[in-house]
Amino acid sequence: MQFFEAILHYNFLQHALLAGLLGGVAAGIVGTWVVVRRTSSIAGAVAHCVLAGLGLARWLQEVHGISWADPMLGATAAALVAAALIARASHKQSEREDTVIAAIWAIGMAIGLLFIASTPGYTEDLMSYLFGNILLVRTTDLWLMGLLDVAVLAIAVSLHGEIQALCFDEAFARMRGLPVGRLSLLLHTITALTVVLLVSIVGIVLVIALLTLPAAVAGRFANTLGRTMVLAVILSVFFTTVGLGMSYTYDLPAGASTIVLAGVIYLSVRVFWRGHRR
Amino acid sequence: MTTTPPVIDVQGVSFAFGPVEPILRDVSFTVERGDFASIIGPNGGGKTTLVKLILGLLSPQSGRIRVFGESPEKARPRIGAMPQHAVTDAHFPIRVIDVVLMGCLRPGRNFGPFSSADNDAASEAIVRVGIEGLEHQAYSTLSGGQRQRVLLARAIAPKPELLLLDEPEAGLDRKVEQDFFDLLEELNQDSTVVLVSHDLGFVASFVRTVICVHGTVDVHPTSHLDGSVINTLYGGDVHMVHHDRHL
Repeated sequence: MQFFEAILHYNFLQHALLAGLLGGVAAGIVGTWVVVRRTSSIAGAVAHCVLAGLGLARWLQEVHGISWADPMLGATAAALVAAALIARASHKQSEREDTVIAAIWAIGMAIGLLFIASTPGYTEDLMSYLFGNILLVRTTDLWLMGLLDVAVLAIAVSLHGEIQALCFDEAFARMRGLPVGRLSLLLHTITALTVVLLVSIVGIVLVIALLTLPAAVAGRFANTLGRTMVLAVILSVFFTTVGLGMSYTYDLPAGASTIVLAGVIYLSVRVFWRGHRR
Repeated sequence: MTTTPPVIDVQGVSFAFGPVEPILRDVSFTVERGDFASIIGPNGGGKTTLVKLILGLLSPQSGRIRVFGESPEKARPRIGAMPQHAVTDAHFPIRVIDVVLMGCLRPGRNFGPFSSADNDAASEAIVRVGIEGLEHQAYSTLSGGQRQRVLLARAIAPKPELLLLDEPEAGLDRKVEQDFFDLLEELNQDSTVVLVSHDLGFVASFVRTVICVHGTVDVHPTSHLDGSVINTLYGGDVHMVHHDRHL
């Protein structure tokens, strides 16, 4: 196929493939936590707040000439702030959590739009932020994804039992005296960082799908959290790679191709696979 | 023989969530070693709050709680707990053995996989509750009665001296419930059992002491339970009741 020949010749395609591979590892593992803990709306809100950080950083760079304000730095800061706000709101339980999440989701997005509208080069930036552009992934981003993978794997191995207990039955984890608050904050933080890096692959709007669909499919075939993670990683890499191939071959947007492929498989599995559960 | 402190010693405890009418007012009672006690009372009467206080997950505004003569936080590793059933995801990908091993988690555990001692303790707990053979089955495929046994195995895996169960019979049919309580009676030979229940009629035939929670707390030996006690709890006239032991 011409896609495979192209990979050998074009550096940007090799970068894109590597991004799918490195991003898939974090997406599969973190996505499994997000799915079993039912926090996908938190991940969605964090993703949309990334726009505020990206917009602010671009605005500082372009309009005020502050060169160190890298968009990746802004995105990370915004994601961490959003995750911290949501963690705080859910900890206090004085507000309805879903309302807080919806508010942060929309406000983050709106702040981002205001900054982008005040910055020259408005539309092209916005499109790649919202829908991603795996072909524009920089070498720095690949290094960051590799670092994130190392951190995610270290956490998944060393705290597997603790995080599993937190996801399965938080009340029990508390009764065993586990540091539920700190574990929860750790999960929120690592989810926020994963969201930031996945945004460069599929964009803000589609990132929740890349985080949740592979884990949701995997969970229907696996009977342990660990196996769900391994299968989710394989599926993530498969979706991004085939999505990229479809995009190159038929001249389609890569992010959207990846997500439509993941969505079709997810829905087919839901409809046709009865599996070992009842 | 030296006198051992009571397993649970609650003295003059009051608790309120914020500046509202307290849920528990001046509560005092003790549970002695080897007892099989039930905490009963109407919904919203403070049963679960009392459990959280005993576990040290909440702190009373006034009064003092001692468990095995220690602060609840210190005593927590010696308590096997079964919280009210609230698993987040019905399809959670997890096997029976993984759920039971959760009972061996504790603060300061070495990072990484469970030790062989933990694995042995989990296997032993699985045998005790009679679900051997199901270790590698997905939790999501089990019946309600089997799930309760898995959660009980999780509670007893760390070999606790006190078993604290919050409405474990919720959602079970009578036959399964009966078997479950027979099992608890067996476990009572090694550890003190305190059971939260909303179903007095049923637990009365098993337990020795009934701790009635309805803002305040009264303790009755099961042999002295009668209609007037039940009336007090679930909406009768408070002043009519003659308590034989009001601690």
